[in-house]
Amino acid sequence: MTVAAKRASRAAGRASRPRRTRPPRDAEYLLRLYVAGHTAKSLAALANLRRICEEHLAGRYQLEVVDLLENPALARGDQILALPALVRQLPPPVKKIIGDFSSAERVLVGLDLRPVARGGAR
Amino acid sequence: MPLPLARYLLRVPARQPRRTSRRRSIPQIGKAPTGIDGFDQITGGGLPCGRTTLVCGGAGCGKTLFGIQFLVNGAVKHGEAGVFVAFEETAEELGRNVGSLGFDLAGLVGKQLLAIDYIKVDRAEIEEAGEYDLEGLFVRLGHAIDSIGARRVVIDSLEALFSGFANEALLRAELRRLFGWLKDRGLTSVITGEQGDGALTRYGLEEYVSDCVISLDNRVADQVATRRLRIVKYRGAAHGSDEYPFLIDEHGFSVLPVTSLGLDYAVSSERVSTGLAELDAMFDGGGFYRGSSVLVSGTAGTGKSSLAAQFADARCRRGERVLYFALEESRSQVVRNMRSIGLDLEVWQRRKLLHIQAARPTVFGLEMHLVTMHKAVDQFRPHAVVIDPISSLISSGNAHEVKSMLVRLFDYLKTKQITCLVTSLSAGSGNEDTEIGISSLIDTWIQVRDLEFASERTRGLYLVKSRGMGHSNQVREFLITSRGISILPVVIGDAGVVTGSARATSASQLEDAARVRERDAARRQRELERKRGAIEAQIAAMRLQLEAEEDDSRAVDAAVHDREQRTADQHAALSHNRNRPRSPNGRRS
Repeated sequence: MTVAAKRASRAAGRASRPRRTRPPRDAEYLLRLYVAGHTAKSLAALANLRRICEEHLAGRYQLEVVDLLENPALARGDQILALPALVRQLPPPVKKIIGDFSSAERVLVGLDLRPVARGGAR
Repeated sequence: MPLPLARYLLRVPARQPRRTSRRRSIPQIGKAPTGIDGFDQITGGGLPCGRTTLVCGGAGCGKTLFGIQFLVNGAVKHGEAGVFVAFEETAEELGRNVGSLGFDLAGLVGKQLLAIDYIKVDRAEIEEAGEYDLEGLFVRLGHAIDSIGARRVVIDSLEALFSGFANEALLRAELRRLFGWLKDRGLTSVITGEQGDGALTRYGLEEYVSDCVISLDNRVADQVATRRLRIVKYRGAAHGSDEYPFLIDEHGFSVLPVTSLGLDYAVSSERVSTGLAELDAMFDGGGFYRGSSVLVSGTAGTGKSSLAAQFADARCRRGERVLYFALEESRSQVVRNMRSIGLDLEVWQRRKLLHIQAARPTVFGLEMHLVTMHKAVDQFRPHAVVIDPISSLISSGNAHEVKSMLVRLFDYLKTKQITCLVTSLSAGSGNEDTEIGISSLIDTWIQVRDLEFASERTRGLYLVKSRGMGHSNQVREFLITSRGISILPVVIGDAGVVTGSARATSASQLEDAARVRERDAARRQRELERKRGAIEAQIAAMRLQLEAEEDDSRAVDAAVHDREQRTADQHAALSHNRNRPRSPNGRRS
């Protein structure tokens, strides 16, 4: 085995360890954003989220926006308490992120797009 | 016109015929009845309507149950729908937990009178990315409230939020907003909170709730747990400020107010017999007043229980129902012991006139005793109640607690016009002081005591007091025989009233004296007889003598008369002879 091959396999192994809990790179993302009315906070959250998704999940995500003022009964299903809230329906497991998503780093951690150990998010 | 001006300045509305409508316009805090026994009494109607109430206390003190009962009673009794927001238990768990208390949560949910929203807070599942608020909680709450038109809200327990979110400052701001929101919507709400160290709640929820704070407590003293409730604050309304014992039994939550009944019960002038004619006679001839409280106190073995049983027997004889709380003996022991003094309580039990409820005082706390007694009274509806003895209740509480319990019990019985006879063991001989210091609660107090005299013990009975009637001040000796209690008549010896064998001695002395007196009288009689005989004999003799003298006298008279007669005859003869012609011989014839 060549040195280059060894290095490549080591790099692959290192990368694959956190990837075991993470969805595959090409997984489809089904995201649901819960907001309450068209407040400044919910608009900011939506804008932030769209930007992050376009950047990291371009072409392989669906974003559904639920306005709880229109459908309050839906809050119960996903145990929504704090708003704005993003629920990752797919890929499993279900993940929840709350906030206005001003911190892209935390959103990526929450969506399992960036491993917690790397990237210095924490 | 000085008066209207003063009224104007003081903003006093002028007296007008339509005063009631004006009065109605003065805003007052409405009350939302909780339907919890006793609680509505001490708060003057319930929780503040349209406000938030904090119910705090340690684990297992009944916070959740208080909330559930508030909602269930509101729905069932007052037709007010309610929302229960559960942070700790799911709707199914809650339903099962309170099912044993007879609350049908699922049924109420089906009738649109109750909505249960279980909110799961798990910090591990949630990633925080930027600013957020708890609008979701408001949305869910608002939705639940609107879906059934709720007037009541219970949130149990809001403090779960503190473990779910990292940003405490935001959380506090949101809680403040939540309380304001609840108030704005005019919802009567109950928030529960776990007790904290040195504070009412762990996260200081009391800062946000300014209208009503209720503290629940479950304290253990001498291995007996007692639940207590205290109204820490109730803005804008008078309320009882004491700690009230409460209990949770098969009917749920009930608070026992000490003073809720007040002193405004009606009284009866009807007398009820004590069971002993002689004792009745000591009470102005009538016995106790119906509905009064009677205390029989005394040292051990002075016959307190016997007097109590005699009273119970007398009531049953009159066809009245008697409830007998035996705190030291079992039911059959009471029956057996009283049979030995000629009282057959078994008969009355069979005829459902007597119910003996036996329970050791230590079997549960005082409040439980009080409530079981309340319940027994409610079910059996007796005319008279006997508690034998109350002094043993001390073992399940201190004197003050026992006293407050008895105040409540007596008040309760008095409102129902139930005559109550209690016995109490007093410590020292002849000690006119009950251990519990309840003498002031008692209308009629009979003291039984040992009378020691001439190395002999006899039982004595006297009346310490009897409110509202004349009563004897004598100490009466009584005997407990196989045919019941008998109060002996008063015997007065050389040195006052005598008892026991002195009574017997005194009686025999009196007999002797009587015998002597009789003998003397007979002798005197005989002497008189003799004297009379002698005198009569003398009289007879004198009479004979008189007769003899009379005879003599008569004889002399006759002799004198004869002689006089003869003399007269002789004179006549002589004169005759002298006047006659002479015969030839010259002699007169």
